[in-house]
Amino acid sequence: MSIVVYLETSDVAVRSASLPALTAARALAQHRGGPIVGVVIGSGLDAAAKDAARYVDKVLAYDAPELRAPLAETYAPVLVAALKAAGADALVASATSTGKDVLPRTAALLGAGMASDISSVEGAAKFKRPTYAGNAVTTVEVTSPTVIVSARQTAFEAAAPLATVGGVELQPAGTVDARGAAFVALHASKSERPDLTEASIVVSGGRGMKSGENFKVLEELTDLLGGALGASRAAADAGMVPNDLQVGQTGKVVAPKLYIAVAISGAIQHLAGMKGSKTIVAINKDAEAPIFQVADYGLVGDWEKVVPAMIEEVKKLKA
Amino acid sequence: MKILVPCKRVPNPEQKLKFAGESLDLANPGWQVNPFDEYAVEAALRLTEKGKGGERAGEVVLVTIAPKDAGQQVRGLLAMGADRALLIDGKDEELDSNAVAQILKGVVEAEKPDLVVMGKQTVDGDDNQVGQLLAGYLGWPQATFLASLSLAADGKSVLTTREVDAGVEEKRVPVPAVLTVDLRIISKKAVHNEALVGPDAEWDEGPRYASLKGIMAAKKKEIKEVTVASFSVSPEVLVKTVSHVAPPARRAGVKVSSVEELVQKLHNEAKVL
Repeated sequence: MSIVVYLETSDVAVRSASLPALTAARALAQHRGGPIVGVVIGSGLDAAAKDAARYVDKVLAYDAPELRAPLAETYAPVLVAALKAAGADALVASATSTGKDVLPRTAALLGAGMASDISSVEGAAKFKRPTYAGNAVTTVEVTSPTVIVSARQTAFEAAAPLATVGGVELQPAGTVDARGAAFVALHASKSERPDLTEASIVVSGGRGMKSGENFKVLEELTDLLGGALGASRAAADAGMVPNDLQVGQTGKVVAPKLYIAVAISGAIQHLAGMKGSKTIVAINKDAEAPIFQVADYGLVGDWEKVVPAMIEEVKKLKA
Repeated sequence: MKILVPCKRVPNPEQKLKFAGESLDLANPGWQVNPFDEYAVEAALRLTEKGKGGERAGEVVLVTIAPKDAGQQVRGLLAMGADRALLIDGKDEELDSNAVAQILKGVVEAEKPDLVVMGKQTVDGDDNQVGQLLAGYLGWPQATFLASLSLAADGKSVLTTREVDAGVEEKRVPVPAVLTVDLRIISKKAVHNEALVGPDAEWDEGPRYASLKGIMAAKKKEIKEVTVASFSVSPEVLVKTVSHVAPPARRAGVKVSSVEELVQKLHNEAKVL
């Protein structure tokens, strides 16, 4: 049997957020065998399907105007059809906002068990996943004949293209029934900075920053380092920064090579979103703040003095 | 408007988890309501009232699948203002998201609510599946991880927003539907029933506290104990939990005494700058 990987696409390419799912699927193929079939869904998919074919032996493309927006109501039946067309008994996707919405619905349509947000593949149907806000690692086994998994993006490397390019098969979209649901609009957040979940350096500010105005100095450090700006829930709740910068159990999960937490105390919910970072720096004036327990390097001090000094030091280093 | 709110108790998330071998030690879990479910109750109450502490127009029915002693947590939600509750006998260790969704399908068929409003995930299993599974089993539309929701004046559709990786997505779903809520749903202006309040209506930030009056009233509200067998469903567990272990500990970090030392260490030792 084969393994289907759902690949999210932009107008021209596979989204980088889906590349970890391919790595997870390749790990699963070690245990289950079978070819990996990529599935792309949308409208006007020619370029994106071709890009997807660089990563898999075969791509099934479901291309129809009514599939332009990712609605769980329309995408789940397409994924069911894709599994049938591919002769697959496993479905893998990244645990993105789309993956988390669509995959469980697909599981219901198939009567299949699903392991959410997995961090590793342990067997043909056995996976590890973080639970309790990352305070436990739970091993689960899917017992249904068909296995569905969503892969935590930060736990799997981005897959590299294969040596050979696979073929693209255009599949009939069939009857598309949105069950009355309608996509209205996507208000895209605009930023010159790298995406928070993909940046190799993240600088985050917390409640201790006191105001949105004060985030300017963090932005300066962020841009100097070529990183992305993040924030704790407390800072987002207080309206200092937009909600989409929030890192944590609610919010984004990040695992950059360097995470700098400034004036963040380190609530469990925040730690759940950044504990996987390679190197963690904590800057906080409270020496007892829990953030220091996960930090590789801690500096007790006031951000108002530390951050400008850090900007100067980094400038010296780069000079 | 009748709203069904599935809810679950979870071990206190602020408490340090204890392990016994490859299992969790839940001897003193400090049970409390899953925070996202509390947000769902708050959202459901806002949908059925004319404003702060105003009169109600609708019914909020709670359902939980748990041992009988979970009645204590349910009573707290009734004290917030929910109208009645169903307590279905069940144990966490004998259920998974699929079985829960199948039981809830039976409850929906029996109760026939206009909307199911629930938390996007529980903070113990962190599965984030039940709402979507339930919508799939019912064939209903779904709107997940909601930051805001507005019920149209004719009561026939809900305009929703949710934060997605690329920004904020707006989606309209007809009623009946399954809605799952995220943290932002408890901000001041996140929930509207256009038939009851204008677009400017606002509530206090956060899930409401139970008033003394609410606590007294909750004592008289019904918590009906039922069994899974009373619904025409046969729930199947499809995901088995094998073990729970503590995550690998991070190696102990060091405190540095100056910014200069910090930047040097990041450059020379960690090699990340």
